[in-house]
Amino acid sequence: MNAETLIRIFTIIAPLSLASFGGASSIYAPMQHEVVDIEQWITAREFLDLFAISRAMPGPGSLFCTLVGWQVAGFAGAVIASIAIYLPSSIVVYGVGHVWSRHRGKRWHNALERGLNPLGAGLLFAGVVTLAKLASDGFLPIAIIGVVCALNVWKPKIHPVIFLISGGGLCYAAYAFA
Amino acid sequence: MDQTRRVPLSEIYRTFFVIGLFSFGGGLVSWIYRDTVDVRKWMSREDFLPGVALAQVMPGVSSTNCAIYVGQILRGWLGALTAITAMLSGPFVISLAAAWAYKSLLHIPGFQETMVGVAAAAIGMLMRTGVEAARPQIRDLSAMAVMIASFLAVGVFRFPLVPVICVMGPISVALAWPKAKAEAAE
Repeated sequence: MNAETLIRIFTIIAPLSLASFGGASSIYAPMQHEVVDIEQWITAREFLDLFAISRAMPGPGSLFCTLVGWQVAGFAGAVIASIAIYLPSSIVVYGVGHVWSRHRGKRWHNALERGLNPLGAGLLFAGVVTLAKLASDGFLPIAIIGVVCALNVWKPKIHPVIFLISGGGLCYAAYAFA
Repeated sequence: MDQTRRVPLSEIYRTFFVIGLFSFGGGLVSWIYRDTVDVRKWMSREDFLPGVALAQVMPGVSSTNCAIYVGQILRGWLGALTAITAMLSGPFVISLAAAWAYKSLLHIPGFQETMVGVAAAAIGMLMRTGVEAARPQIRDLSAMAVMIASFLAVGVFRFPLVPVICVMGPISVALAWPKAKAEAAE
């Protein structure tokens, strides 16, 4: 691990922080492109595994960046990646927060909401497609994605951990009995 | 935003640390609301609500954005810093422990296959969030166009995210402007 890598981690993630409209899901596609395709710091497999871990553990989805930092450059990488993903967007929220609460209910609030929500939704689907491509070796993972999505729409109250354990269990069973 | 009492930073830390630790799969903003408005009465509903929209609209995760907003109202920049640090510190340690365990489990037969299943389930849940986010856009032609265009640009054509946001963001807000309404102040 060297300083150059740490700086690179920061310069890859910090701009994504400012662009992460709709939350962590908007950065999966660009992150995959940067750290797997271009830098080749981690494999597609590791990328997918880290995503799974970040979703199985408590905390916001963007802790995924922390895990990538950890995988690439150890503890220092984890710290730098966390600062890179949280600091820039947090400064924006802090800065805008002052103005925002003073002008509550104004038309431009509504325009921002209406304008940025569909953008975030589109980026979320971009993330889903990126991750689904990494996961789709065979029929079973694709089926799990579809079934979990449908079940979750139908019964939103089912705890996420139940889905994660069932998904993992199914794939393990398929491996063990194949 | 008149404060009846100054909330100690240690209390802000404790509250958001617990919220962060038990945060699974979203719904956190409503939890923050319950804890800070209903239970602890740190602020009024009217003070909290603009933060929900702000947290959603700004880049970043809505739950940590909301924590920053609340911390800022309570104790300025120190409050904001305390709230976000508290919310992330527990999950940070737990995630790193999990990543460390992951490395030592890799050689176990079947572990990688299992992880694909966990990831697939997580992708399914993410997709459901997408379905929920897409629903309100369906009746709105320009919003649909923006959603599909941003998906294609980043997800299919793999354009870099930042320029896409810089182009699509202003266009999308401009398209939404004629439909936007000012809400009656409470």
